[in-house]
Amino acid sequence: MVWAGACRAAPALTICRDPETEAGSFRPIAPHGQKAEMMTGLSIDNLSMRFDLPDGGHVQALQNVTLDLKAGELLSVLGPSGCGKTTLLNIVAGFLAPTGGKMTLNGHQITGPDAERGMVFQQGALFEWMSVRENVGFGPSMKGMPKNDKAETVNRLLDVVGLQDFKEKAVYELSGGMQQRVALARCLANDPDVILMDEPLGALDALTREKMQSLVLKLWKETGKTIILITHSVEEALLLGERLIVMAPRPGRIHKEYRLPFAELGVNADLREVKKHPQFGPRREEILNMIWDMEEEIMGTKEGAA
Amino acid sequence: MTGLFFLAIYVAIFVVSAFVVTRVLQKTAKDYTSLKTVTFGDESAVRPNRIAGVVSILTIFVMWGIFTGSSLLPSFLHAPGAFVGTTTFTYTAQVPGQAPDDATVTVVVHPRGAPAEAPEVTPGDGFAKDDSATIAQWRSGLIRVDANDELKKSDGAEVIAINGQKIAPGGTVQTVDGAVTLSDKGTPNFQPARGWQMEPLYLPAPEVVWTRTVQIMREGFRNFTLLEHLGFSLFRVIVGFLLGAVVGIPLGYAMGLSNWFRGWFDPIVEFMRPVPPLALIPLVIIWAGIGEAGKIILLFLAALWIMAIAARSGVSGVKISKVHAAYSLGASKWQVMRYVIIPNSLPEIFTGARVAMGVCWGTVVAAELVAAEQGAGMMIMTASKFQNTDIVIMGIILIGVIGFGIDMLMRAAERFLVPWKGKG
Repeated sequence: MVWAGACRAAPALTICRDPETEAGSFRPIAPHGQKAEMMTGLSIDNLSMRFDLPDGGHVQALQNVTLDLKAGELLSVLGPSGCGKTTLLNIVAGFLAPTGGKMTLNGHQITGPDAERGMVFQQGALFEWMSVRENVGFGPSMKGMPKNDKAETVNRLLDVVGLQDFKEKAVYELSGGMQQRVALARCLANDPDVILMDEPLGALDALTREKMQSLVLKLWKETGKTIILITHSVEEALLLGERLIVMAPRPGRIHKEYRLPFAELGVNADLREVKKHPQFGPRREEILNMIWDMEEEIMGTKEGAA
Repeated sequence: MTGLFFLAIYVAIFVVSAFVVTRVLQKTAKDYTSLKTVTFGDESAVRPNRIAGVVSILTIFVMWGIFTGSSLLPSFLHAPGAFVGTTTFTYTAQVPGQAPDDATVTVVVHPRGAPAEAPEVTPGDGFAKDDSATIAQWRSGLIRVDANDELKKSDGAEVIAINGQKIAPGGTVQTVDGAVTLSDKGTPNFQPARGWQMEPLYLPAPEVVWTRTVQIMREGFRNFTLLEHLGFSLFRVIVGFLLGAVVGIPLGYAMGLSNWFRGWFDPIVEFMRPVPPLALIPLVIIWAGIGEAGKIILLFLAALWIMAIAARSGVSGVKISKVHAAYSLGASKWQVMRYVIIPNSLPEIFTGARVAMGVCWGTVVAAELVAAEQGAGMMIMTASKFQNTDIVIMGIILIGVIGFGIDMLMRAAERFLVPWKGKG
């Protein structure tokens, strides 16, 4: 992807997007502006998020979350509802400003949404007024990529996600699984440094979901992207997490972190085979129990809690 | 009475055609719905019966024809018409101290448009002499039967019976072709049978309306051709609507995107929305007169709030994930506006436009009813003042057809321009 590379390889201060588009498109780059040093990964330092409520109280959605993610790592985030997973993702995406702490990506601080951090939503984030091709070409169009390059990128990505026969369809003509393939391709078309996935497979049926999990692993390996994936499914978190963090609620915090072999094993392999791995079952039970305990704590039904 | 009869015929046609079409004629459909065993309460299983639609419209015209004596229908289908022709009744006069005497009254009932001469009748014998009179169809008339009698009212003569039936002042006797009522002063008042048909003054026959339509299309009405009248109405609607959309849509966008605009205009829009445009007519006439400017201002005001609210809810209705997706794909504010917010709000705006066009069409007709030199509303208002009911009905039908056509065009445009409506 020549266009993105050219941008990064330029000297210390680079205009990475059309100067007309928006103020703040100047992206300062680390002093030793070499590509190897730029891709230092994502570092989340002591991040806190506190929502003040109208009645004077407050909710501590996140407290002192610290996380270092190297370039190319695949992180899945798991936790009971209300543990701040989505808030964390929205902060990393730049849609929310944290009340404490800071985040740096490749040496610069994150202050708002940017094409360097792509996002895949659960569903309904495709533009239904555009064809599949236009959806995937949205990012390149926004930065004014020449038509031929754009068409080439879009074609290639649609082939990769297996939608070669649906390029000219309207997105609302596709099934839910196909729509998520479009969403993945759209995100990749922009060649982001980090891909943030907010329960991308949550609305799919179990069979489609398995296929899509394989696709995510394949894309991760082929593109070498850094991926943060939020999910409700323990199995999915185990399969799609080279690293897996379990978050706990009230206040939202990192409860436990794992490093897992399953994602590597699952690349271009049958995920059902991976699930037969001797460590898979025990890990799943362990995490399920952990989350189960947290849920009970939330409900106030834990035995002996009183 | 006629009303009940009318309703009975209508219900009878409804029931009989329903029976004939659904039980006798309808071939067994072979589609998926026909296999559903639960159809009562399943909204998706209820589809309009096309034949019923055709029969319904035909019925309206047939009923119209039956009760107006339309020449399009064979005469045996007509409801009994108002009596026309010559009829007679006898009256019995009495003078104190003398034997009562009978005399015959011959009445010629003529169509309203063709006055007739009262026929010559021989006076006959006795002190009461035979009379003749003319009465227009659907009208009644006092007949001064004593005027030619030898002994008149002033001599103490009184009418005591009609056709041999006793009658007192205020009483009524039915005759073959009408009814005779004795006035308070003792003069017979003959009312020819009205029949069950509508008087053309109230409802002209369909072919009369059609003939009048053709005539007005050829000759125009009040110095303007029919097309000019309708064209003026349409022109006002389109200009008023476009102005309303040009101002209202950006206003709605601003209200959907900026706190200050939302706060500033919310009270105004929320107050003006429930004010019916018709209530503004007097004020607009005071301010801008009855010319084109006044009408266009009125329609502008009618469309403005609807379009502003449609655009506002179009912007508010955009899913935040779409906006987030656009930003994280590198779109600028302007690009989010152009490629996400505007296309996402188009379906709402189209819905608003359809509503606004409907309201504008209704408002323009009302405004023209109040005061106008030309236009569909002015046409029916003026016609009604001259009792040209046929023109009034023609105008109503044309207004309905145009309103329907506008809505159909808007729907077609919607299907063509925003095919993603409801698919998000």
